[in-house]
Amino acid sequence: MPALPAVRFEAVAKTYTGARGTLRALDGVSFDISQGEFFGLLGPNGAGKTTLISVLAGLVRATSGRVQVLGHDVVADYAAARKALGIVPQELVFDPFFSVRETLRIQSGYFGVRNNDAWIDELLSELGLADKAGANMRQLSGGMKRRVLVAQALVHKPPVIVLDEPTAGVDVELRQTLWQFIARLNREGHTVLLTTHYLEEAEALCGRIAMLKQGQVVALDKTSALLSGMASTMLRFKTDDALPPAVAALARVTGRIAQVKAHDAAEVERLLATLREAGVRIEDLEIGRADLEDVFLQIMQGAKNES
Amino acid sequence: MSLEGAGTLFYKEVLRFWKVAFQTVAAPVLTAVMYLLIFGHVLEEHVQVFPGVTYTSFLVPGLVMMSVLQNSFANTSSSLIQSKVTGNLVFLLVTPLSHGAWYVAYVGAAVVRGLVVGSGVFAVTVWFAPLHLAEPGWIIVFAALGAGMLGSLGLIAGLWAEKFDQLAAFQNFIIMPMTFLSGVFYSVKSLPGVWQAVSHLNPFFYMIDGFRRGFFGHSDVSPWLSLAVVGTSFVVVAGLCLQLLRSGYKLRA
Repeated sequence: MPALPAVRFEAVAKTYTGARGTLRALDGVSFDISQGEFFGLLGPNGAGKTTLISVLAGLVRATSGRVQVLGHDVVADYAAARKALGIVPQELVFDPFFSVRETLRIQSGYFGVRNNDAWIDELLSELGLADKAGANMRQLSGGMKRRVLVAQALVHKPPVIVLDEPTAGVDVELRQTLWQFIARLNREGHTVLLTTHYLEEAEALCGRIAMLKQGQVVALDKTSALLSGMASTMLRFKTDDALPPAVAALARVTGRIAQVKAHDAAEVERLLATLREAGVRIEDLEIGRADLEDVFLQIMQGAKNES
Repeated sequence: MSLEGAGTLFYKEVLRFWKVAFQTVAAPVLTAVMYLLIFGHVLEEHVQVFPGVTYTSFLVPGLVMMSVLQNSFANTSSSLIQSKVTGNLVFLLVTPLSHGAWYVAYVGAAVVRGLVVGSGVFAVTVWFAPLHLAEPGWIIVFAALGAGMLGSLGLIAGLWAEKFDQLAAFQNFIIMPMTFLSGVFYSVKSLPGVWQAVSHLNPFFYMIDGFRRGFFGHSDVSPWLSLAVVGTSFVVVAGLCLQLLRSGYKLRA
């Protein structure tokens, strides 16, 4: 008998109806996340990532479809489903009345976990909060508050951890600390569902990725398969000159950095020749494989053309 | 219902108001004392409501009960609206706590705050007008039921309101008039006939009258009638509150 999936989305749809009309935030989303997976959920702003996570957490009720956590329906069997989930919300929210330790003890108590100080101490230590345990939440910096959010989600040791853009606007140190800790929990068997705008993080951490666009899954595969499916080479260089139209049409330009997709070495050769003929002076030329950002853009562009 | 989870939420709600006790306990006690000093001073010589009872003595139980009611309402309503507006309610929404656990914890903490403030008002005002407790059972019953009902109303208001001014409107245009027009400062028997009839439609009147019965052994209507009205009102309000929580009204989109 196959193991239960950690999370199962079955034809999940969510429609918001308001004075300005109807918005279909989720449109038949279906996929499973296996136990022990490190799974990435990617998509542009407004794609439906947070709505999908909110349905999973019970914050939003699906218009149709079903969501299960370790076999527990998030509506019919909400208590068991929520006990199995630890959610790190996207918004930096906190209760200003309490200290860090009080906040964690209270959150632990909501889940029926008493005498949890040993684990709370470990969380504080792992997330670099040990010296802030007695501080009021209002006294913490944004990064520190974000760490407490992560600790709150983990305080009842949930088997499924959901991180909704946990590193948005936080410094490199926290990212390193957080990812080391989450990777450790994943190695110990916890399932992780991550949404992030930092595609390099998703590429480095996630074994499988789903991409959402306008409430629909437009890609779902192993990260390695998504990358190899791109089957292309990226030519990256810096320039202060305008690109010739033939190259500009293919290029993604960020400031001085241009990236152009090429299918093979011969196409690289042709691109360089075109640039040379146009008198474009280039610096720091790199030829590398496509990364997840390239895959993401290609898939999103494809979905846009189809819609 | 998870007792541990409900107990934690109850503890958190009590801790929340206790951490700002100067604002949530001391300030309403001072307000009640101000009412007593001003109204007592102005009306002491002119008004006698019950035979052999000075106006200041008559006023004390009304002020105690008014403080119980207003602070029970304030505890649930302010806690919920603050959590909604600041967004930290999400920490509660993602927990396995049932709607029953939410209700018991929030309203339980509101009853505690109401009774703490009421006890504070009594402890201070009783020095101005010595009282004896004629039928103390009524005091406990009506204080607990009144605090429970107003805690439930506060929860409904907190669920309904999306902004602080909506909550203020609920408090100022519904709770405050019903409290002030319930006989805190006077006996409804002193009112013209039509206003007496109107007062008898106000469940707050029965709370005050029944509570006052516990002090003087004398009331405008039978305490059993008051118990029936207040008990029924409590059941209706609590039922509505539980239904709103169960449906996720303005909590889960």
